[in-house]
Amino acid sequence: MEFEQEVREFINGRFGEDVIAEDNFRNQLSFIVKPAAVFDICQALQEDDRLDVRFLADIAMVDWLGHAEEKKGRFELVYNLYSLKHKGRFFLKTRLPADKPEIKSLTPLWNGANWLEREAFDMMGIIFTGHPDLTKILTPDDLEGHPLRRDFPLTWEQPQFSWNKDDPPEVIK
Amino acid sequence: MGLEEKIPDSIILTTLDKVVNWAHKRSMWPMTFGLACCAIEMMSASMPNFDLARFGMEVFRPSPRQADLMIVSGRVSRKMAPVVKTLYEQMPNPKWVIAMGACASCGGVFNNYAIVQGVDKIIPVDVYVPGCPPRPEQLINGIMKLFEKVEKSSLKDRHEEWGR
Amino acid sequence: MAERKTITLNMGPQHPATHGVLRVELELEGETVVRARPIVGYLHTGIEKTMESKLYYKAIPETDRMDYLAPMSNNLGYCLAVEKLMDIEVPEKVKWARVCLAELTRINSHLVWLGTHALDLGALSPVLYTFRDREMILDIYEACGGQRMMTSYIRIGGLAHDLPLDFDKKVANLLKVFPEKIKEYETLLTENQIFINRTRGVAVISAEDAINWSLSGPMLRGSGVRHDLRKANPYSGYENFDFEIPIGENGDAYDRYKLRIEEMRQSLRIARQALDGMPEGPYRAHVPGVVLPPKEDVLHKMESMIFHFKIITEGFKAPCGSVYQAIESPKGEIGFYIVGDGTNRPRRIRVRPPSFVNIACLPALCEGRMVSDVVCAIGSVDIVLGEVDR
Repeated sequence: MEFEQEVREFINGRFGEDVIAEDNFRNQLSFIVKPAAVFDICQALQEDDRLDVRFLADIAMVDWLGHAEEKKGRFELVYNLYSLKHKGRFFLKTRLPADKPEIKSLTPLWNGANWLEREAFDMMGIIFTGHPDLTKILTPDDLEGHPLRRDFPLTWEQPQFSWNKDDPPEVIK
Repeated sequence: MGLEEKIPDSIILTTLDKVVNWAHKRSMWPMTFGLACCAIEMMSASMPNFDLARFGMEVFRPSPRQADLMIVSGRVSRKMAPVVKTLYEQMPNPKWVIAMGACASCGGVFNNYAIVQGVDKIIPVDVYVPGCPPRPEQLINGIMKLFEKVEKSSLKDRHEEWGR
Repeated sequence: MAERKTITLNMGPQHPATHGVLRVELELEGETVVRARPIVGYLHTGIEKTMESKLYYKAIPETDRMDYLAPMSNNLGYCLAVEKLMDIEVPEKVKWARVCLAELTRINSHLVWLGTHALDLGALSPVLYTFRDREMILDIYEACGGQRMMTSYIRIGGLAHDLPLDFDKKVANLLKVFPEKIKEYETLLTENQIFINRTRGVAVISAEDAINWSLSGPMLRGSGVRHDLRKANPYSGYENFDFEIPIGENGDAYDRYKLRIEEMRQSLRIARQALDGMPEGPYRAHVPGVVLPPKEDVLHKMESMIFHFKIITEGFKAPCGSVYQAIESPKGEIGFYIVGDGTNRPRRIRVRPPSFVNIACLPALCEGRMVSDVVCAIGSVDIVLGEVDR
C-alpha cells in the first residue's frame, strides 16, 4: 500500500497532465496515460532509485473492437511494471487509435521489451517506432493479418503454402 | 532399394517378402522428432518403465536420412508444416508415419488458424494413435499395428506405392 | 592478412538438443559464435485466440497444453486469475491441495529438465533415472485427474473432484523415497568433472542484465536475485509454508543446475507440510451461478442441477475489468492477464510466458562463445516450446 501511494505521488507529481485516470479494480493499481507519455514515465521510473521499478514483466494488448470501450481507442496496451525491492506491481494502460496504432518502443530502456513488442506487433499489429528489429515472431512469414485482432477469423485455411495452394480455401466460421 | 524395380509383373514373391518384411519390422528406426506434449510421452515410451527397446527399435535417429519411421508427436503448426514435409521427403524408402495424438490426427482441441487439421493433409499416414496425449502403451500398440501392416505388405506393392 | 569470414549455421527446428522446435540461426567465425538469433513460432498454436472464443470454464484444458511439463501450475495460474476476476474465495482445503500439487509439478518439470539437459551435455544415464522416477508423480496425477499429463484437475473455485482416497498414501510414499533419488542424481552430476567443465562459467548472465532482460524463475535467481513470487506476493496460501529460496552466485549454467536441485528439495518440504496440514472441508467453493456445484449434489438436488446446466451451457458473466495474476511456475513467472467485458466470454486472455521471455536472452548468453556452449545455454534456460509459441 505504501509503495502504491509513492508511485501515485511520483506519477501524478511529475506527469500529472499525462494521466487520464486511475483505476483500482480488485486492488490492482493502474494508470491510464496518454500514449506519448509512456516512454518518459517508464524512463523516469527506471531512473528513480527509491521506487526501483526496474522489471518490465509484460506487455499485454487488447482489442476493443465492437465494444462500448472502443470509442476511447481501439487498441489498449498494458505495461506491467514490477519493483523487485518493494515487491509491488502496477500497470500503465494506454489507448491507441485503430487507424494509426503507433507508440514509441521501450527497447532503449529494457532488452526484455524487444520480444514482447515484436509479439504485440505480430499478433495485434501495433507499430513500435524505434524498435531495432520489428519483424514477425510467432506466425508464419506468409500469413497476412494479425491473428489476435477481433476481426481475424478463428478458423480458416489460407491457400498460400506450396502444399495446399491448389486447394480451394476452407473457411469454417 | 532398386531391386524390386527390375522384377517383372509375372513373378510372385513369397519367401523373399517374408524375409524382407521380417527385417523391416525388427529394425525399424524412428526419428528423434518431438513437436509438443506427445513428444514427452514418446520419450517416456523409450525410457525404462515402458522400454520400447523390447521391440527392436530403441535407436532413435536424429537425422531423417537414417530413419524409417516418423512419429509425428504433437500439433503441426502452419509454420512447421513445410518443415515436416521436407523431413518426410528426406527420409529414405521404405518409410512409415505414425500420427501420434489427437492434434496430429485431426487437429485435436485446436480448431484454429494456426494448426494444420491433421498431419495427413501434408504427408501420408499409416497408423493413427488417438489420445491427448496417448499413453506410452498406446503408442507401443500403434507401433505393433504398424508391424502388422508391414508384415502383410509385399515388396512389389510397396514399389508401386513409392512410384506414385 | 586475409579477410575474416563468417559462416551461417542453421540449428533446428528439427534438432535433438533444442527441446522441441526451436530454431537458432548462428553466425560463426571458426567455432566462435558471433551472432545468435533464436527464431520461434514453429509450434504457434493460437491458444490465446482459442481461449477468447470459449467460456471461462472451457478454456482450462487449453492451459494444460501450454507448458505441458507443468500442467498443474498453468491450471492454477488461470484459475486464480478467474477467481480474482469473479472475486471468489476458495476453501482452505483447496488451497492446501493446490499447493501440494503445484510443488509436485515443479519436481516433475525439473526432473524432465534435468534428464534432457544432462543428455544434451553427453550424460546418458540421468535421463533414465529421472524418467523412471517421474512416473511416480504421473501416477498421482492420474489418480487425481484421470490423465497422466493433461489433468485439468484444478478448476475455477476448487478442484475437479475430491482428492482420491489413496492420495495421502501415494504422496507420503513419494516424499519418503524422493530425497534418496535426488541424492542419486547428484552423485551422477554434481561432482562429475565433464559436467562441471561443460557448465561452469558457461551461459553467464549478471543480476543487472537478468533484470533488464525481464528474466524470471531460476534464470533470475541463478544470478543472485532473491525473488520468488511465492514469497514476494504469496498466492493460494503460500504464506503459511516454511521454505527457503535458493539462489546462485555466478549466474552460470552450473549454478542454475544446483539451484534447481535445491528447489526440488524445497518443493518436497512444502509438499510434506501441505500433506500433513491438509484441513478437512469441501473441495469446491459454494458460489451459485459461478462455480459448478459438486457432482453428488447435481444428481440429487434440483437446484444444483439447474445451476450446473446453466453454467455448462451459458457460463457466467464476468464484470468489466482486468486482472493479472502471476504465479511462480517451474520456469518462472507465469501470469494471466484476463480482461472481462461483461459477457460470458473473455475479451482477452494474455499469458505472460516465462519461457518466451527467458529464451529471448539467448544471444546474450552465447555470443562470443563456442558452438557447443549454445546447447548448454538452451538447456539451462529450461524452455518448453509449447509455452514459448502458445
